[in-house]
Amino acid sequence: MTADNGASKALSFHVEGEHHVPNGTLLGFWIYLMSDCLIFACLFAAYGVLGREYAGGPTTAQVLELPTVAVNTTLLLLSSITYGFAVLEMQANRRGVMMVWLAVTGLLGAGFIALELTEFAHLISIGAGPQRSAFLSSFFTLVGTHGLHVTSGLIWLVTLMVQVGRKGLTPANKRRLMCLSMFWHFLDLIWVGVFSFVYLMGVLP
Amino acid sequence: MSEHADTQHGHDDAHDPDGVGAIHATFKGYMTGFGLAAILTFIPFWLVMSGAFAKSGPADALILLLAGIQIVVHMVYFLHMNTKSEGGWNMLAFVFTLVLVVITLSGSIWIMYHLNVNMMPWTMQDARNQP
Amino acid sequence: MLAHPDLTKLIFGRLTIDQLPLHEPIVVGTFIVVALGAIALLGAVTYFRLWGYLWREWFTSIDHKKIGVMYIILALVMLLRGFSDAIMMRAQQAISFGHNTGYLPPFHYDQIFTAHGVIMIFFVAMPFVNGLMNFVMPLQIGARDVAFPFLNNFSLWMTISGAVLVMISLFVGEFARTGWLAYPPLSDIVSSPDAGVDYYIWALQIAGVGTLLSGVNLLTTIIKMRAPGMTLMRMPIFTWTALCTNVLIVAAFPVLTAALALLALDRYAGTNFFTTMLGGNAMMYVNLIWIWGHPEVYILVLPAFGVFSEVTATFCRKRLFGYASMVYATVVITVLSYLVWLHHFFTMGSGASVNSFFGITTMIISIPTGAKIFNWLFTMYRGRIHFELPMMWTVAFMITFVIGGMTGVMLAIPPADFTLHNSLFLIAHFHNVIIGGVLFGMFAGVNYWFPKAFGFRLDPFWGKCAFWFWVVGFYFAFMPLYVLGFMGVTRRLSHFDNPDLQKWFVIAAFGAFLILLGILSMLMQFYVSFRDREKLRDVTGDPWDARTLEWSTSSPPPKYNFAFTPLIHDNDAWWQMKQHRYQRPLQGFQPIHMPKNTGAGMIMAGFATVFGFAMIWYMWPLAIVSFVALLATAIGHTFNYDRDYYIPSDDVARVEAARTELLASHV
Repeated sequence: MTADNGASKALSFHVEGEHHVPNGTLLGFWIYLMSDCLIFACLFAAYGVLGREYAGGPTTAQVLELPTVAVNTTLLLLSSITYGFAVLEMQANRRGVMMVWLAVTGLLGAGFIALELTEFAHLISIGAGPQRSAFLSSFFTLVGTHGLHVTSGLIWLVTLMVQVGRKGLTPANKRRLMCLSMFWHFLDLIWVGVFSFVYLMGVLP
Repeated sequence: MSEHADTQHGHDDAHDPDGVGAIHATFKGYMTGFGLAAILTFIPFWLVMSGAFAKSGPADALILLLAGIQIVVHMVYFLHMNTKSEGGWNMLAFVFTLVLVVITLSGSIWIMYHLNVNMMPWTMQDARNQP
Repeated sequence: MLAHPDLTKLIFGRLTIDQLPLHEPIVVGTFIVVALGAIALLGAVTYFRLWGYLWREWFTSIDHKKIGVMYIILALVMLLRGFSDAIMMRAQQAISFGHNTGYLPPFHYDQIFTAHGVIMIFFVAMPFVNGLMNFVMPLQIGARDVAFPFLNNFSLWMTISGAVLVMISLFVGEFARTGWLAYPPLSDIVSSPDAGVDYYIWALQIAGVGTLLSGVNLLTTIIKMRAPGMTLMRMPIFTWTALCTNVLIVAAFPVLTAALALLALDRYAGTNFFTTMLGGNAMMYVNLIWIWGHPEVYILVLPAFGVFSEVTATFCRKRLFGYASMVYATVVITVLSYLVWLHHFFTMGSGASVNSFFGITTMIISIPTGAKIFNWLFTMYRGRIHFELPMMWTVAFMITFVIGGMTGVMLAIPPADFTLHNSLFLIAHFHNVIIGGVLFGMFAGVNYWFPKAFGFRLDPFWGKCAFWFWVVGFYFAFMPLYVLGFMGVTRRLSHFDNPDLQKWFVIAAFGAFLILLGILSMLMQFYVSFRDREKLRDVTGDPWDARTLEWSTSSPPPKYNFAFTPLIHDNDAWWQMKQHRYQRPLQGFQPIHMPKNTGAGMIMAGFATVFGFAMIWYMWPLAIVSFVALLATAIGHTFNYDRDYYIPSDDVARVEAARTELLASHV
């Protein structure tokens, strides 16, 4: 329909009938995720700059427990794959099975948060809370912000399960499920950065 | 790059108006990604927990390298990132963000390192260690 | 007050009666004037029974055109507040020498210069820029609205929420006294224990959410919703600058969010990011805030450059010279703006290697801007120039901005900056580029697109008065500051000992007075234009014989913008349509799919305002309740799937027929 011969009088300047506008939700959410990535970049930068400022207090070796983190990482990675299974069921329009996988994802995510909260509570109880030093401030903020994002994801997950339960797998709900999928995988991606940069590198001499 | 981003005539219009189907997840894709991610997680954890490294320098580099690779695995297998989705805009947005993250991280660390050396107060130890 | 002091504390936090400035005559006077004005305004709205109209047609509107207008109204209102701060500072600095300490003690002066900066950047320049992009860009790309209309409304109300909090700080408690970027350790809880910095933090965080979401929104719109045939290199230049501006918004505002969040954690939770003890590093805040701050100034100026490109091409009756190089220059500026931020703190001590790197990148970034200036000049060369107001503002911009740019290159040299940093030379430089670049661009844009938005042109006489008062006033107000800066005078001072400096400050105060006349002329221009609107009526929709798509619609455009989606074949799509004597179709109208209005955005922003106020005053129960209410409204809104409707084809036909009649009557 685009006759690019500028001299031709047969040029049409409008679309006949209805023009379907492509939906921008997935792209828009992706762009939002990129901005979220930059927030985490700043928190990583703060940790990078302040992460060895112990102020005479607890050091990384004294505070970071690798076994707990290993369990947490496993939970989160498993939850990524279970969400993946949920998406596969969504693509096949099998709503019931999809809901099961979503529920499993939610439980794994809740387990992650619960474990993280016990880790934080323990640290605070031994005097290694976020107020103790710049290292601990940046640790709690980076890990805690990730945890807040996961918690938001869990609230979103429950809300979506209710909405899909009520209205079914409409195009709008499918878009929302794909957005949550991106969000969830993105959080796992950030966690790779956290366990590598904070925990693994922190425990080394 | 400027010419190909003509997204109006995408083939997703008729049967998939929202482009949800363009993201084509497969069981094989997820399992491959999961397997790779698991391996790339297990290796650094095992290396550190077993005390295989005496000094932190090479270990740091290896951990970061493996993390970087795992991030790529996540992007490709879980986030389905490729050069085609959204007419290449997803990839462009990601690359741009990556560049900014590198600038923010490396720039901040470079700048703050210099500021710390020049401007932060000396401890008694620093003063004693002066020639 | 109540029987249980604990209960009072729980409800009112640290808000007590003595936080009201009852002993400050200037503030009390201002409050009385504001209160009377508010009562008059609300009374008038009630008397003319306009509440329903305002709610239905404006507050709940998701129409990008209405939202754009509301952003600009916000900007103009806040310009009055920000400018009052400026005039107060000029008056103080003109008289405060030797024994005379003026009328503003430092306690107030410091709040005034802080509020002036915060308001002008966040609540004048940003809404102005957002408003223009919102109104114009969808029309330029042939779209019916933005990608996420509800989010657009929400973003507007979050920005208004931030402005409301800043305005409340005038009458309840104080504002920050730290300067517009609130550096720690001055802004930490020990040095600034009162509510001022907290007002700053929450106003900016709330408004920042709005801006970030707007960035995502407009970026998605430009990428996904261009009319068929409009490839990237066929977009109008204003749309290109909108694209790059929104990329900058999405990429920069997260950094501001993070930096302010860390400062808030230090103030509220006792963390040690920027403290002086326990390992904190205040310099990290400066680093982070300027990683945001430098892209921010390009967010402000790129849309202004876009306006100038459109205006120059239209009023020189010529296609813009060097379209491709304009695009490349804009993209290069966008990328390079992330590599210069340290030039804002050369003097903080990072040393020669770091300073040289950033000094060089800063000088490099002036080159693409220079290329743009040449392109505008070459567009004007051998064009048939019509000196309507938008073109006048453009010429004033070219001269003024180049001067400001040159002083910027001077400041880019680290050794020079060591003498000039934080002197009045710096103040003169950035006002030079922001007023000469951003503000003149916004004034050009308003005069250019006002007829499109409202159906009548702005009165040229009062517009020209405003123009001359502003331009002459600007030079009188700021050139003396360059001189003072060279002489070594520091910024943010409310008193001076050296009487030889006074004459320069008096000249600057005279300039501020001229600008005041300029602002009053603008207000007069709006009033006279409204009064004489029939005489100034634009019937054709294309009063300037312009080149881009928005001029193909009626003035104002119908709710749906385009009855049929345009097909694009070249740059300057509307110009090409006119060359081909394109006739708009008069039949075959389809029902048009449109989003519905909603009050959810306003309600959520209302809760956000309450939440911000509660956090500022440590009213914890109220904070929790308002936050939960905000979350509940947001989640509840997602349960509303009934968000759009169809305009029947008969309605479309009727609107189009009315336009056909109007066009015929003009001939």
